[in-house]
Amino acid sequence: MPDLARLIGKRLLLGLLTLFAVSVLVFIGTELLPGDLAEVILGQTATPEAVAAIRAKLNLGDPAVLRYWRWFSGVLVGDFGNSLASGRPIVTVLLPRLQATLFLAATAAVIAVPLAIALGLLSALWRDRTFDKTTSAATLAAISMPEFFIGYLLVYVFAVQLGWFPAISRISPSAGFGQKLWAIALPALTLTLVTTGHMMRMTRAAVVQVLSAPYIEMAELKGTPRRAIIFRHALPNAIGPIANVVVLNLAFLVVGVILVEVVFVYPGMGQLMVDAVSKRDIPLIQACAIVFAITYVGLNMLADIVSILANPRLRHPR
Amino acid sequence: MSRFDSYDHLLRQGALDRRGFGKLAAMLGAGASLGALWPSMAGAQEEPKKGGDLAIGITGGATTDTLNPLPSTSSLHAATNFMWGNCLVEYGSDGSAVPELAESWEPSPDAKTWKFNIRKGVTFHDGKELTAEDVVWSLNLHRGENTESGAAGYMTSVTDVKADGTHAVIITLDSGNADLPYLLTDYHLLIMPKDSELTAGIGTGPYKITEYDPGVRVFGELNENYFKPGRGNCATVELLAINDPAARTAALQTGQINVMERADPKTVELLSRAPGIAIHRAAGGGHYPLLMRCDTAPFDNVDFRLGLKYAADREDIVDKVLRGLGKVGNDHPIPSGDPFFAKNLEQRVYDPDKAKFHMKKAGYGGEAIPLSTSDAAFSGAVDTAVLYQQHAAKAGITIDVIREPADGYWNDVWMKKPFSVSYWGGRPTADLMLTVAYKSDAAWNDTFWRRPGFDKILLEARAELDPAKRTEMYAELQAMIRDDGGALIPMFNDFVDAAVDTVKNFELSPQYGLAGMRAPERVWMEG
Repeated sequence: MPDLARLIGKRLLLGLLTLFAVSVLVFIGTELLPGDLAEVILGQTATPEAVAAIRAKLNLGDPAVLRYWRWFSGVLVGDFGNSLASGRPIVTVLLPRLQATLFLAATAAVIAVPLAIALGLLSALWRDRTFDKTTSAATLAAISMPEFFIGYLLVYVFAVQLGWFPAISRISPSAGFGQKLWAIALPALTLTLVTTGHMMRMTRAAVVQVLSAPYIEMAELKGTPRRAIIFRHALPNAIGPIANVVVLNLAFLVVGVILVEVVFVYPGMGQLMVDAVSKRDIPLIQACAIVFAITYVGLNMLADIVSILANPRLRHPR
Repeated sequence: MSRFDSYDHLLRQGALDRRGFGKLAAMLGAGASLGALWPSMAGAQEEPKKGGDLAIGITGGATTDTLNPLPSTSSLHAATNFMWGNCLVEYGSDGSAVPELAESWEPSPDAKTWKFNIRKGVTFHDGKELTAEDVVWSLNLHRGENTESGAAGYMTSVTDVKADGTHAVIITLDSGNADLPYLLTDYHLLIMPKDSELTAGIGTGPYKITEYDPGVRVFGELNENYFKPGRGNCATVELLAINDPAARTAALQTGQINVMERADPKTVELLSRAPGIAIHRAAGGGHYPLLMRCDTAPFDNVDFRLGLKYAADREDIVDKVLRGLGKVGNDHPIPSGDPFFAKNLEQRVYDPDKAKFHMKKAGYGGEAIPLSTSDAAFSGAVDTAVLYQQHAAKAGITIDVIREPADGYWNDVWMKKPFSVSYWGGRPTADLMLTVAYKSDAAWNDTFWRRPGFDKILLEARAELDPAKRTEMYAELQAMIRDDGGALIPMFNDFVDAAVDTVKNFELSPQYGLAGMRAPERVWMEG
């Protein structure tokens, strides 16, 4: 499919442009924040001499454009530089955090996505029956509560009272896969509760809409079994919107879990970026922002491709 | 020297408890025997047990941290520093200056030149033996214009540090200071091997850092050669960065940590009722001032300042904001536990009539007075401002509470806005507290209150080696700040930590929480 290849190529180029724009905006935003690294690190103990010493050491006095260019030219050759605050290479700071975040996101997604789609399909199938109403009420309740509250609730029940899972998710590098899963059980469950409602309701809505189309009525009149109607005729036509909402939630699992990280003391990307921003550690902020932007751009592209593949009309535009 | 060794010997045999030791040390070492002024709280001490894994949930960790002790600011940094390093002098749990890497010291009669005798036979983690050279190098890291040290502010009074033989160091000051040993207890001033890497974490301390994951955890294994008897009792110590108070509490309740730094005042009452958990509460010097800039109208009028000071119901603020875990302040920064606290100075109380009288005298006509606040100053700063607003309203004073952004509060609000809520951590000595915040030329004179008479007495008191005379002088200074200064100080906060009750010997310190940030070396675990 040369069309698809061209489309992906075009999307990739646009994605790169987006990344560039994000890096410029984040840089400007950080510049606009009050104080710089030197003042923030020293805080209340700042003396003018100490501030000047740190600024001189890290070239913070140079013009913003020059500092941006230094960072950008480094990134072009794959060098993200060193953290200003700790002096450690960005890559060694970022990679373990990214791994942790992806592990948690993947675990939550593996539970939440099939669960949400199954619940959505069943709700659509048994529309307005008790199952539909109960699921709706339960998932709506779960997404209406702030995630940190759900987190505290789960900690209270499953860690403090029952003692089944740990209250804080410490993962030692030597831990086995099972131990790691056990350690992140509560944050993964929290994220599942937070994301399932949205995906489930969108799935239900998409399938319900398709089910009201004339060709479904035709299929029913022909006597096609219910199961075949749902899986062969309805679902393929609902995949586009479902893929979009799933992707939106996957992106959230990567970039939006800072509160859950704080509640469970989980060392992920969110905490890293908050630390970086509060220290005005620009190279580290930029690196985090780029990773987050790549997640969004990449996943959205994936959603578009899935929609196109699932829809012959988009696959063969006239 | 030999006299000192024999006391050390007694201590080792358990014939002398550590507090008694601290007092003797202070009397022998420094002319200013602050230790002697403190009431003795000596009790029978149990024999420390060895072994166990201590896990402490602690605040102040960030991904951007390093092991470099110079820019340390937070609890996690201080506790980490004291895991791997030692100072020349230790701040004792009774407020005395206890010999640490210096085993004794002698001031010159004018308290300008000090000789510190360095302990012999102490080795760094890398096996190198401690000598005077290492001490000179380490202290000099905090001097000079380009230092990033958090202790640079008061190290500027040091004019020279030099070795005197292999195991003595001479420190020269620009003016006399009877409190020098106390300054050397600061958690930035760790002694490291000469020319070592600042981020290596190599020192003489009780634990060798074997794993370091910034903003996540610090893990240390016992230094078998630790020089202090009865200290460094656990097999391993782990500091876990847990900034969320609810997460710290849950981790303590479920046994993932044994000690939690900073119990949440809102829930400490409930936590204390949980089985197997002990609350450790220490009165300290940290306080929460409402700062008025004395160089800015209308706060340049002493009656205006007094009116605002009488308009605060301090008891109510301590009850509601600190949940009773603190003490009322008397508009000067010296805590009641300090040996130089002015005991005879009358406690200022809430008096709307007096407030009205002074405000009228200052020509106040009921216009709104903006008060800048943010929980960046301390948790509860906004509540404090709102409570104060209510108190002041009863005296006909209109306070306009302005919530400033937490981010950048110390750069854009503190020492900038004419009336703001702030925080001061306690300082180890009265002199230091008064010098950093109230001396006319102090960089952090955050009330912009400048009185040459105050400065003169302050300098005289600093070099005075007679405790009785010093006490009198400091009382006078406290009265000056209380009645003329720009700080409304409604309260001093307690340090409140919690631990499982098998953690023993949690020696409270008036300086910081977490047993003076030295819990890793002080405690031992039962069972």
